Amino acid sequence: MKEKVLDEWQDPVLIRSALSEKRVAVVGMSSKELRASYFVGFYLKRNGYDVVPVNPRESEILGMTCYPSLQDIPDPIDVVDVFREPAAVPQIAEESVAIGAKFLWLQFGVISHEGVSIATEGGVKSIVDRCIKIEHARYLGRMHWLGFNTEQIRATRDR
Amino acid sequence: MDSKLEFNGFHTRSVHAGARPDAVTGSRAQPIHQTTSYVFEDPESAAAYFNLQEYGNTYSRIMNPTVGALEERIANLEGAVGGVAFASGLAAQSAALFTLLQPGDHVIASKSLYGGTITQLKHLLRKLSVDLDFADATNLDEWKGLIRDNTKLFFGETIGNPSGVILDIEILSAIAHAADIPLMIDNTFATPYLCRPMEWGADIVVHSVTKFLGGHGTSIGGVVLESGEFDWSNGRFPVVSEPSPAYHDLEFHETFGTFGYLMKLRAETLRDLGACMSPFNAFLIGLGVETLPLRMSKHIENAREVAQFLSSSSQVDKVHYVDYSSSEQKELAQKYLSGSGGAVFCFDLKGGRDEGSKFINSLQLFSHLANVGDAKSLVIHPASTTHRQLSDEELNDAGIGPGTIRLSVGIEDSQDLIADLRNGLNEV
Repeated sequence: MKEKVLDEWQDPVLIRSALSEKRVAVVGMSSKELRASYFVGFYLKRNGYDVVPVNPRESEILGMTCYPSLQDIPDPIDVVDVFREPAAVPQIAEESVAIGAKFLWLQFGVISHEGVSIATEGGVKSIVDRCIKIEHARYLGRMHWLGFNTEQIRATRDR
Repeated sequence: MDSKLEFNGFHTRSVHAGARPDAVTGSRAQPIHQTTSYVFEDPESAAAYFNLQEYGNTYSRIMNPTVGALEERIANLEGAVGGVAFASGLAAQSAALFTLLQPGDHVIASKSLYGGTITQLKHLLRKLSVDLDFADATNLDEWKGLIRDNTKLFFGETIGNPSGVILDIEILSAIAHAADIPLMIDNTFATPYLCRPMEWGADIVVHSVTKFLGGHGTSIGGVVLESGEFDWSNGRFPVVSEPSPAYHDLEFHETFGTFGYLMKLRAETLRDLGACMSPFNAFLIGLGVETLPLRMSKHIENAREVAQFLSSSSQVDKVHYVDYSSSEQKELAQKYLSGSGGAVFCFDLKGGRDEGSKFINSLQLFSHLANVGDAKSLVIHPASTTHRQLSDEELNDAGIGPGTIRLSVGIEDSQDLIADLRNGLNEV
């Protein structure tokens, strides 16, 4: 049915470490309120991340400056979150390496073995076929309020 | 959060999954959030919750933290991405169907289903202009032959009620997936303790949580779970993947990915059908799930001993328990149920309706009632009760004769259960 991805691309330790970063570029973020990329950008901003939209067709989304490409962003980026077709990923991976990003995060269905290889060789860690919003909600947010399986077993009080 | 420890045992997850100590008060038991609605932090938060941009509480017809804890616990035990609870098992099934079907579609369902489910499928689907075929749970080629261009769902029970027929889920899911069709399994009788259908390819699992999951006969409830593996954007399910007119044109599968079906199930179907579970029922059922593995272990041990006793009785024609079934069924029990046949099964008394009635009347420890999966042992005569609306042919298809008695074996001492049954048989 769906293309399979490697377990190491979805390692919980890797995912948590990406979530502990601060500045997230959302590549392919749409200004249309019903698009998944808008949902995710909105959610990350609401939950305290510095979100930087990347989309050559927009100048501003959610009141934030939108850049045509990763290399146009003036300040450093920690996580590059990708909402593009898989064929666009290798170039995005190269740019992620060039700007010194720490993580390349490929959203649901954005699966590119070549892109991951480029990132890995350039010292950028990859997370593949996962949604950053869901993973945030799983570890830090309120996903459990709506009956989703966080797979978190915890008997201590949240601090 | 900082620890790398993972706690994966089934007993551990039965006790803990979904229920964290309350962050504000520290309450260790699951708090009962007996509230209809929730105060918003600010107008922006309210908008984000209604737009599904942030996970937040709005109104208890759609979500409730106590119900959410139960949903997560069962989803965890089944290996699902999540679950949505409903007021009953049949409400859960209705909602699962409503979410993925539209007029003109076609469903293929097992003949070995709970009578209430057969009635629901036959009459509810006809009202919705959805076609239906029943197929033999032991002849999966028949399912393959019934597939049409508009077939949208395969539906069966892990262990058929009350026939005990075990379904070859792995093979059936392969047949379904080859045609881009999802497989829905009612896992009520097996429970995730014995079988987790998603590990064998099932896409949707439904439960009547009234039964073994709740386990004490206190509360009616149901749940729908999804694996997150099915590709709803395969072109066959525009009702799930295309812009939804019922939610300001949201494309549920494209926006929520593996959560798409469940989001639609909650935000649209539960919202519109309205059959929500009460927080108090969720509390009681969740308490029950904590002891699921302990109870199931005793249930199935007792069931095997009771079946063995009945098979040795001269007043019993046949015991429909896996130990006395075909070699194919025994192999399926090994593959899916650790060799067990569960704790609900039938036997045929010699004679017919009158003998059945006399037998039930003589029992003193088994309660005569229309439920299964209680800690207490239960008995019923399906032909005159649960399966009364079925024709003789449908009864026969479901494996039920005029003298068939259904037992739900509880967690009492097996020697007491056998003493009661022996006395009942002597009275016939």
